[in-house]
Amino acid sequence: MKIAVCIKRVPDTESRFAIAADQKSIATSGLKFDISDFDGYAIEVALRLNEQQGPGEVVAVSLGPEGTQETLRKALSMGVDRGVHLQAETIPFDGLAIAYALAHELRDAGYDLVLFGRNATDSGNACVGPMTAELLGLPCVSAVSYLEIKEGKGTAHRELEGMTETVAFALPAVLSIDEGIARPRLPSLKGIMAAKKKPLDSRPAQLGPIQLTVERMELPPERSGGRIVGEGAEAVPELVRLLRQEAKVL
Amino acid sequence: MTTLFAFAEARGGTLRKVALEAVTAARRAADALGGGEVHALLIGGPGIAASAEQLGRYGADRVTIVEHEALERYNPEVYAATAAVQLGSGNYRAGFFPASAQGRDLAPRVAAALKLGLAADITEFELTEQALTARHPTSIGKAIATLRLSGTPALASLRPGAIAPVVAARTATLLSAAPALDPAAARVVVTAMVERGAAKLDLGEAPVIVSGGRGLKAAENFRLVEELAAAFGNAAVGATRAVTDDGWREATDQIGQTGRLVSPTLYVAVGISGAIQHLAGMRTSKVIVAINKDKDAPIMKLADYAVVGDLFEIVPRLTEEIRKVRAEH
Amino acid sequence: MGFEGVDFYRIDGLLSEEERAVRDTVRAWVDEQLMPVIGDCYIEGRFPKQLIPGLAELGVLGANLPEEYGCAALNNVAYGLIMQELERGDSGIRSFASVQGALVMYPIHAFGSEQQKRHWLPRLAAGKEIGCFGLTEPDYGSNPGGMITTARETGDGWVLNGTKMWITNGSQATVAVIWAKTGDVDDVKSIRGFIVPTETKGYAAKDQKGKLSLRASDTSEIHLEEVRLPKDAILPKSGGIKSPLSCLTQARYGISWGAIGAAMACYDEAVSYAKNRVMFGKPIGGTQIQQVRLADMLSEITKAQCLTLQLGRLKDAGTMTPQQVSLAKRNNVSMACDCAREARRLLGANGILVEYHSMRHLANLESVYTYEGTHDMHSLILGETITGIPAF
Repeated sequence: MKIAVCIKRVPDTESRFAIAADQKSIATSGLKFDISDFDGYAIEVALRLNEQQGPGEVVAVSLGPEGTQETLRKALSMGVDRGVHLQAETIPFDGLAIAYALAHELRDAGYDLVLFGRNATDSGNACVGPMTAELLGLPCVSAVSYLEIKEGKGTAHRELEGMTETVAFALPAVLSIDEGIARPRLPSLKGIMAAKKKPLDSRPAQLGPIQLTVERMELPPERSGGRIVGEGAEAVPELVRLLRQEAKVL
Repeated sequence: MTTLFAFAEARGGTLRKVALEAVTAARRAADALGGGEVHALLIGGPGIAASAEQLGRYGADRVTIVEHEALERYNPEVYAATAAVQLGSGNYRAGFFPASAQGRDLAPRVAAALKLGLAADITEFELTEQALTARHPTSIGKAIATLRLSGTPALASLRPGAIAPVVAARTATLLSAAPALDPAAARVVVTAMVERGAAKLDLGEAPVIVSGGRGLKAAENFRLVEELAAAFGNAAVGATRAVTDDGWREATDQIGQTGRLVSPTLYVAVGISGAIQHLAGMRTSKVIVAINKDKDAPIMKLADYAVVGDLFEIVPRLTEEIRKVRAEH
Repeated sequence: MGFEGVDFYRIDGLLSEEERAVRDTVRAWVDEQLMPVIGDCYIEGRFPKQLIPGLAELGVLGANLPEEYGCAALNNVAYGLIMQELERGDSGIRSFASVQGALVMYPIHAFGSEQQKRHWLPRLAAGKEIGCFGLTEPDYGSNPGGMITTARETGDGWVLNGTKMWITNGSQATVAVIWAKTGDVDDVKSIRGFIVPTETKGYAAKDQKGKLSLRASDTSEIHLEEVRLPKDAILPKSGGIKSPLSCLTQARYGISWGAIGAAMACYDEAVSYAKNRVMFGKPIGGTQIQQVRLADMLSEITKAQCLTLQLGRLKDAGTMTPQQVSLAKRNNVSMACDCAREARRLLGANGILVEYHSMRHLANLESVYTYEGTHDMHSLILGETITGIPAF
């Protein structure tokens, strides 16, 4: 199958970070970046599909500034065949603007599947996948937790609140991948060396108009925690008393 | 006249709480703009019209009902096309969807169909003639973004539980409409819906969550967490990524950056050290209780109330005490 | 939470994107695969051999050897970073990789026939064959040239006799590279290398028990009694003591990097503990004595990083000398021993438990201080280089 995986370069989630001087974004100096977690699962799904079902092509597409090429090369080192970098000085917060650029790149390119991660681990909107599907006029199944493709047809599971939905769909389709399907493989050392020789094209992103912007970014209010009620089972009655009388949650 | 749109999510023929949250949000927006009408859209299988009245109770002036036997279950393409047509045909100032599992699939598609931006997963908002501003916790959990959305209608999806439903009763006018797309032509079909676990309360809806981590030492010991949750009566059971990775619990139980983000009234963390990516998932809980043998574990610093010691002694005792409290009521 | 490394002087900025990617992937592998099991393996005295296929698949074995033999063809800085990250986990796992890569695959590549290379190297890279390096003997450690293992030439091959000791991978190896004298027992020039499949009759390996260091590593004695080998078992281009010594230079290079990894692990653990451990109402990291400890550790690690990166660049340029490696091995292992000891002390009572890493590193590093040329031997190598006067 010919599979496109749309990935985003995000700050490493374990990094400590600060708000930038403009108060509208995260300060990026000193941050480490990586492929957003769910996008990593999507890459793994794509690679496994082609490993199981016979040869095909997996293309990673990513929109962003120059550092995005390094992120794409990590995807290449995992086994992705080709990378496409859509150049944009900053990644807009507005998912629709990004979806326009992706749809422009993916339209009429013959992909059997277009995969996304469920949401980016920084912005957390979960919009770009379904929006891109809509712009491409393709069927879309979001937050897939299980996937099977057979003879041009797909079966997926989605986790709802307290229920699992089984969905049948035809290819070509857009899917966003949730946790639980696959752990992304570590790039092998040979993969890292091979990545250098794989094609990585770079072109300006055809972004859509931006309607959603970030006015302000701030850290959450500090919780004043750390109160030790006591030690061992003997502390339990006091804990319960506090929960009832002070916190009033019981 | 100002009109506001709300998508009323239903499942199995009944409204979900998030439907009332969306209507409340639309009602609040209408009132803030000096009055206006709230129009709700309700899609479902035969008999769904019976739920329309409840929407009126929470502030809907009008409910458009799309009733079709093929729409008993969610049908992404039909629901999205129908909502887009409804939103596009009125003169709505704003449209509110839940950011539930279904809503996160539906709302972006509707927005894209209408070529409009979407303020997704918001916890608070303010609507003026010029713009919608909203608060959105970025899922890194550590930074809160204030968003500004231009364009009309301003579309937003609400984090479940962020807006408490408020009664604002009226008799809603009921209208019927047809699906905007023939369900038979749908390319994505929900073929089955299976309940996960015996009537487990969902992590996104439970007022209390009891969560377990590696400190429990073995999968069987999760029984302690389950017993405590059962004692509360209204608690769901969560887990850390370490524990779901090891297969002790299902991936859907995971609370954290790549799992569920939760905001219960009470979060009880049992044998959890508090890795950053776990804390990101639960730090907005109203009250946090932590039980751990290590008093320097990161979760102990975050907790409102921490008990240091052996969880194998503390948790059963807590379960006993909670049962007593519950029995009194 | 994943290990984040130590990079006070932004050495990362001096690495290429590939070098960083290699380092990151091995770092992640150690976090995911090694750290969960290493404590138990160390206590039980067992090498985690179930990890060999994963290590091989990652491409770690013989990583700086050419692609045509199934290897990753990395440069020497990347190879060093692999050793650094493996030893951040445990010196035993890095010893495994050092032996397989630098002491078995390297000599076959450097001194072997094309046939030997084509047969053994891909299999060793894939972890399908496990190798060991038989040089050291019970009475010949620092003076390997004095070895008494012999290889007697016969009509149709060779017969080996002798004993080797302190052989990493000795018991689990499927193939051994054995160094033996083909001539007189005083004739150092007659030392040649032999490829010995370990199932050959007369080859016996015995685990050396009672180790208090490198417990998660296979260390064995090897007994060779009338081991008959075909003619083509010899490494044709080997000759004299410099053949095995050049292998040791490769291994010592890797160890110089490895020691930095061990020091980083101890430092990282010490910093975390110092910030969280409260005594007398404040974190112990706020006391002067602990701050001096941490400052000393950070200084030594940073110095070693700068030194060793330059060593790697020299190796890639083809100009590295064995004496330059001696300086790095001697310095880095010594400073790592100090870091481990000081970290252990900072950790207080908790520092003696296996769930903390410093004491395990402390114990391991005593072996690393002694093997691959003891600290003292490297002092003398440098002394001779500086003065021109051998003082051995």
